[in-house]
Amino acid sequence: MSVYYVDKFLFQVDGDPDLLAQYKSDPAGLVDRWEAEYGRRLGTNNSIETTSWLEFTDQERRALIEHDYVTLFEIGAHFFLCLTIFIAIYDEDYVAASGPLSFQREYAAKLSHWLGKDYPTVAL
Amino acid sequence: MAHLSAVLATTHHPFYLKSTELTPPEQRIPQAAEWKRKVEAYRETLTAAEPDLLVMVGADHFHQFFADNYPTFLIGKQPRYDATFYNEEREFGIPTYVLEGDEDLSGFMFQGLLDRGFDFSISHELKIDHSIICPIITTRPQADLPIVPIYTNIFAPPLPSPQRFWDLGRAIRSIIDEYPSDRKIAAIGSGHLSLELGGPRQFGETGPDPVFDRKAIDWLASGDIDAILENVTHESMSGAGNATHGFMDLILMMGIAGPEKAAYVDELDLFHTREMYMTWYPEGDPR
Repeated sequence: MSVYYVDKFLFQVDGDPDLLAQYKSDPAGLVDRWEAEYGRRLGTNNSIETTSWLEFTDQERRALIEHDYVTLFEIGAHFFLCLTIFIAIYDEDYVAASGPLSFQREYAAKLSHWLGKDYPTVAL
Repeated sequence: MAHLSAVLATTHHPFYLKSTELTPPEQRIPQAAEWKRKVEAYRETLTAAEPDLLVMVGADHFHQFFADNYPTFLIGKQPRYDATFYNEEREFGIPTYVLEGDEDLSGFMFQGLLDRGFDFSISHELKIDHSIICPIITTRPQADLPIVPIYTNIFAPPLPSPQRFWDLGRAIRSIIDEYPSDRKIAAIGSGHLSLELGGPRQFGETGPDPVFDRKAIDWLASGDIDAILENVTHESMSGAGNATHGFMDLILMMGIAGPEKAAYVDELDLFHTREMYMTWYPEGDPR
């Protein structure tokens, strides 16, 4: 379980247009690239120092590769990071096909089994 | 001593500029004109106070700060501040700004907070996100006044308590009151009422908890901190919507104003959120 690492992925990819573009077009390749080139950099902006022990679980890696925001919600990835990055990836196409907010409403509907329940915590 | 000429507590809706100005009129949401009118009326409450500088309260939304080092409370102390991150421009259409800072008041505020038991972090390279730029856009769009930015953690739990936000507001007020200056200071803070982001209640026809919103506005408008502290907990805010904890920055702003009735209260029911615009005048209503 390494929700911090998942959040770090979402934070860095959402903040970098080059990484974000590849996350849309080639998510498996981007997850591999991020793990190899970015994930273990100490913090979020250090190209020299590294952290030796951070890694994804298989479930986390699969959820990121599949853009599976339901699983990401359920493992406690931060809601703001998830929403922001998947809006960046999907909103424009959904608006063109189905109108404004159609992606956001589908996102909500896919999480509707959580209505009335305590959500998984995003606390680390 | 400095004059606290106004205290503003407002929701920050990052799509305000995009919805009311950047989108062509024929494509705007039906509420766009009313929204703009209400914001411009609210702006007058700040303009009337004739501030010389602004103490701004907000929260970084994982733009500069991340969970490797997320500050609970932080103040900026810089001559200038860049504002608006790449992903905010991308999603919200918010333009970039460069705001003047006020290092003297930042330093005085920082020391005053330490002296009162608030062990703040301090940044000398802070970039401002939409929690502060949104209220600049709505209440001072010319962006011509120096700022002292204060960030709180309403975003990356575990979070400080509602009581702590109130106490911090009271401390900020006492520091402003002691600041040796004859300038007029306005304090502007932004947060949320009930809000859901990335959850099953997001982007509904109203905010996720209109009952909470009604109570919250009434508590703030009447200065009823006792009711807030009796009723508002991290759990109750989660129950109202997973991003409702931004309400604590509105509690903080009432802490700066004190347990007093607000001079100006307005609201707007928008898609997926209720907007709130509130102003106190600690030294009397200048209007």
